[in-house]
Amino acid sequence: MLDDFFTRALVAGIGVALVAGPLGCFIIWRRMAYFGDTLSHAALLGVTLALLLEINTTLAVAGVSVLVAVLLLFLRRSDTLSSDALLGLLSHSALALGLVCLAFMTWVRVDLLGLLFGDILAVTRLDIAMIYGGGGLVLCVLALIWRRLFAATVSADLAAGEGQQPDRTDLVFMVLTAVVIAISLKIIGALLITALLIIPAAAARRLSSTPEQMAVVAALAGAASAAGGLYASLHYDTPSGPSIVVAAMVLFVVSLVPGGLIVRRMGAKTRGDRP
Amino acid sequence: MTESKPELMPASTREAVLVRLDKAGIRKGGDWLVRGVDLTVSPGEIVTLIGPNGSGKSTTAKLALGILKPSEGRASRRPGLKVGYVPQKLAIDWTLPLSVQRFLRLTNPLSDAQCRDALEQTGAGRLLKSEIRTLSGGELQRVMLARAIARNPDLLVLDEPVQGVDYAGEIAIYDLISEIRGSLGCGILMISHDLHVVMAAADQVICLNGHVCCRGTPSDVSQDDSYHALFGARAGTALAVYEHRHDHVHLPDGKVRHADGSLCSDCPGAHHDHTVDGHIHAADRHAVDGNGTDGAAHNEAGKRKELGNAG
Repeated sequence: MLDDFFTRALVAGIGVALVAGPLGCFIIWRRMAYFGDTLSHAALLGVTLALLLEINTTLAVAGVSVLVAVLLLFLRRSDTLSSDALLGLLSHSALALGLVCLAFMTWVRVDLLGLLFGDILAVTRLDIAMIYGGGGLVLCVLALIWRRLFAATVSADLAAGEGQQPDRTDLVFMVLTAVVIAISLKIIGALLITALLIIPAAAARRLSSTPEQMAVVAALAGAASAAGGLYASLHYDTPSGPSIVVAAMVLFVVSLVPGGLIVRRMGAKTRGDRP
Repeated sequence: MTESKPELMPASTREAVLVRLDKAGIRKGGDWLVRGVDLTVSPGEIVTLIGPNGSGKSTTAKLALGILKPSEGRASRRPGLKVGYVPQKLAIDWTLPLSVQRFLRLTNPLSDAQCRDALEQTGAGRLLKSEIRTLSGGELQRVMLARAIARNPDLLVLDEPVQGVDYAGEIAIYDLISEIRGSLGCGILMISHDLHVVMAAADQVICLNGHVCCRGTPSDVSQDDSYHALFGARAGTALAVYEHRHDHVHLPDGKVRHADGSLCSDCPGAHHDHTVDGHIHAADRHAVDGNGTDGAAHNEAGKRKELGNAG
């Protein structure tokens, strides 16, 4: 069954989305969208490294992403730059550095478009094994730290004051995010991974009343976007990443339709927050 | 759940003291947020931190809780100490679906009955199924207090527990806090702006302004010159006030000028007892001159008592 390239892409895409959904919920709850962007842009550096050292791409990307995540955690604690500026700096520097390095390596032929936007033709059996192995592991760890991570998300001070160690939980969460980014790279591409984390989670918000419910709905919404997007990609010969993201966006818009309540809430919140 | 046990106390003090700060200070970006703070909270004791904005009250509470690590000095907690914490702020993103009930269960499992009971105590019983985001400031405060109490803690740390709570509710909550101290036998570390209630309920008051300005029982502190300098004359009208000598003055740039004319920018020893050596904070110096009786404040305090009884 996995002989067909499209079936492989479909199985891989759905696997990636199932893991990205619950993790993406935490990303939006903690207002870390830009952080996800930074990690995924750094993934390109990982690809360069993999080509240079001739090692497995997914492993190299996971390694580089974890490194960047730890670096960010460390820099954020030292309070030298505002978090926002820091992320912007690292995000685009990593992307640019990756692209420049790739250009220098004239001896390898790289499908740059595939790296940036995903390529359904590139998914191998090994990739699928890594997605389901790595993804399964990520979900297990997430389930284990769920309560603590959730408490730290609501208030890190409160969690720390009552005897938990939110710093440690944060670190584990960042590593999990880095792993998800590494396994998503081939399907969705470095530029759009964050979208797969955020948009299904945002679409789930309107349909959920508890955090756990939102995580499950986000996983399902993500899987539906992956399937829809990949079919569209095959049918219209579009790059897989953008097609999946467009499908997710359509789901998000559909989630708003009954009542349009969330839009009004968002509007009220923005107006209320900015003097 | 892992408990943090940074520094264990010697066995002799284990029973007596829940949390202890020993000349603790913390520095951020080259500035001392707070320095030279000594503090202990024992079971059944209410210790209240007062001081102007930016004087390091919340920072001191966070040092005591172990959220922040002291840059100098020591912070220690009794091993296995169970804390109920009401932070000053709670910033929850609108994308997070969080009911009051779920929030109560954030750091420990509670039965439905326990949740309802804790909310009833703080006068928020009808909010059990509400979304946290839709609560008003006062309602959120009551819910946070309920959550902290429901943990059945050894130590309650309350960072401005009545901010945004209505007038009658404020008194009811302070009554509740005294009551909890009695029923749970827990120690309470509280930060408050409401001087009347602080003076009525606390066992020990610590007045902060980057360092400990004065400390002691409420009646001691209310007679202290530096307390008047910080809070103005009306704050002390309930109790007799006498003349003081000042050993140092806080200049507007944050430096401290001592009586001998020497200046220092980060003075760990600028701490003094309430009895003799008060000091003036230059920016508020005018306040010290108004030590005479202030009838308006008296009346306000009286009115407030009536309201409390009525509510």
